Amino acid sequence: MPNTKQWRLVATAVAVTLGATTLAACGSDDDSDARSGPVSLTYWTWTPGMDKVVDLWNKGPGKEQQITVTVKKQASGDTLVTKILTAHKAKKAPDLVQAEYQALPTLVSNDALADISGEVGDAKKDFAEGVWQQTTLGTDAVYAVPQDIGPMMFYYREDLFKQYGLKVPATWAEFADTARALKEKAPDKDLTTFSANDSGLFAGLAQQAGAKWWTTSGEKWKVGIDDAATRKVATFWGDLVKEDAIDNQPMYTPAWNKALNTGKQIAWVSAVWAPGTLTTAAPDTKGKWAMAPLPQWSVSEDVTGSWGGSSTAVTTDSGNKSAAAKFAAWLNTDRAALAALAKEGGIYPAATGAQLSGAFVKSPEFFSNQADFYTQAAEIAKTTAPSAWGPNVNVAYTSFKDAFASASKNKSDFGAALKTMQDDTVADLKKQGFGVAE
Amino acid sequence: MSIARRRSYGVRSAPYAFLLPAVILFALFFALPIGYALWLSLHKVKVSGLGLGAGARKEVWAGIGNYADALTDSELLDGALRVVGYGAIVIPVMLGLALVFALMLDADKVRLTSFTRLAIFLPYAIPGAVAALLWGFLYLPDVSPFYFVLDKLGMPQPDLLDGGPLYLALSNIAVWGGTGFNMIVIYTSLRSIPAEVYEAATLDGATPLQTALRIKIPMVAPSLVLTFFFSIIATLQVFSEPTTLKPLTNSVSTTWSPLMKVYQDAFGKGDIHSAAAEATIIAIVTLVLSFGFLRAANSRNKQEAAR
Repeated sequence: MPNTKQWRLVATAVAVTLGATTLAACGSDDDSDARSGPVSLTYWTWTPGMDKVVDLWNKGPGKEQQITVTVKKQASGDTLVTKILTAHKAKKAPDLVQAEYQALPTLVSNDALADISGEVGDAKKDFAEGVWQQTTLGTDAVYAVPQDIGPMMFYYREDLFKQYGLKVPATWAEFADTARALKEKAPDKDLTTFSANDSGLFAGLAQQAGAKWWTTSGEKWKVGIDDAATRKVATFWGDLVKEDAIDNQPMYTPAWNKALNTGKQIAWVSAVWAPGTLTTAAPDTKGKWAMAPLPQWSVSEDVTGSWGGSSTAVTTDSGNKSAAAKFAAWLNTDRAALAALAKEGGIYPAATGAQLSGAFVKSPEFFSNQADFYTQAAEIAKTTAPSAWGPNVNVAYTSFKDAFASASKNKSDFGAALKTMQDDTVADLKKQGFGVAE
Repeated sequence: MSIARRRSYGVRSAPYAFLLPAVILFALFFALPIGYALWLSLHKVKVSGLGLGAGARKEVWAGIGNYADALTDSELLDGALRVVGYGAIVIPVMLGLALVFALMLDADKVRLTSFTRLAIFLPYAIPGAVAALLWGFLYLPDVSPFYFVLDKLGMPQPDLLDGGPLYLALSNIAVWGGTGFNMIVIYTSLRSIPAEVYEAATLDGATPLQTALRIKIPMVAPSLVLTFFFSIIATLQVFSEPTTLKPLTNSVSTTWSPLMKVYQDAFGKGDIHSAAAEATIIAIVTLVLSFGFLRAANSRNKQEAAR
């Protein structure tokens, strides 16, 4: 039946052509080259409820200044970085993008982010120095405005700690003792797990210990992933896994949720956003958790790392960079905007002034038993160690996942895994042609 | 056709006009992307100094550098070996089951044929990622009902997401999802065997088993070849099952299968040039293997026909 076949081909051809036309139509409405008069901006973000926050702008200050922002919801983190870079190749990146701090060097090195120091320089006073420094990459330029931060903390089941007679660890040595003590009293329970599927956690722990993974000297990058501080962290966790004092299974799995929900794991080293995660992962344990500062490496220290957090950046492809920068500054420093961001998006603001107002006066519902949750959080946020990101964080993160997953599975040497991570990162920099200092 | 002997321009160009949409689509959506991928695979990005600021990144000619890197990359080779091991389980089990099910459905005295056929086929309708997620839950000891039962019965509870059992766990997902499709292909060709053949066989006193072995299987050999061909391609391109299981276990790396490595290089590292070279290599290997198999099968068929 040759007729049928041909008909089908024609039908397919028509369908594909129609599809292509529709796509082309979608692509062309992004262009807005209006340099004077009304300006419309596109904003790629993954924060839930951002459209409602942007509505505040479009109806308020945006209306006065004739700057309209349209939100295009995106996938989070690394996926968006790839998408931005791809769009930038075609000179079609949106005006504004959300980017995690560790992705900024990658984006800057691809010339995707504009220097907006002229427009947002004044905002500096609203942020802690360690946070602001991440958006300048140590230069005079400013590549983004900080939006949210993730200072790390120690979360534990208050009731179970009492039941097993455990004390909240103030140092990492006490943390290890607590893990061992729990194993003695309840062999089927674990204090926590070492998870290799989120590199940000390990990066934050290393940052607390004083690690600086990427630094520059002259025109060269120096990679310090396998430095003394990180080695200390890796060995510490590796030993705990080796002696079975803690679990070695990944986080964010159904099994992990169950372990938290049933009290099989009774603590979690996490960040300020943990209440949200616990609400969905361990709904039955509401009101039973408490938050404390992260254990320290020595009693005299008071420092934490950060896990997560992101910023708002303006791209080099934007035809209206100063308008976009104005919006970025408003979004992350204006009280009304920050209150809406906290309410709709559940973010913890980077702006220090907002950390104790609005949504952050009352404890998160899941932690209703800890009245001073956000007062403590704000105190802890102040102690965040400076971070040092480089242009190939993505490579280091992937290498971490593979090397540490197999090391924790085999309960083998974490030091060797760390060396792999260092070597992979250096090899990638060299392959791309970056100047690398040995 | 014989009427159209008028040598007018319109008629002579008609076939080309009919071909045009197909040719345009082929060029736009097939030849052009492949050409672009090849072009990418022969280039690389060169950064200078710290790589910050405009103009620090240049696209330069790489020659066969990316191909040499890919071929000497132990991760890609290990991934290929893992996939071969996976395929060695999936293909025989899946096609064996498909053939057995098809023969059983085609046997004389079966009830509920259409229901059974649908029931076996149904998993094929479930997207691979969903199937992998579903099985992933069943493989995790803490949430799986199977482990609950094993535990209650005091039986050993193997870790299905580690070492050798991981291959079984992954293969199981593919077999579960793919058997139905292959069964339908084989079954359809079984139904097209003329009834006289069976009559002749019955007259000669063949038992149902003999009919199956001596008549049905040889006559559906072309479909078996076809399903084998599809299965090889699907195996070499395995991606969604290991990718979905990856977050659940420490045992599946980000570069477990060759295609995962391509994905990781393109979207994890942002190195589309290496990814393009690896993708080209995988495509060539797939072509060589699958067409090599088809040729071997064809020439065997011809030899048998000549005998």
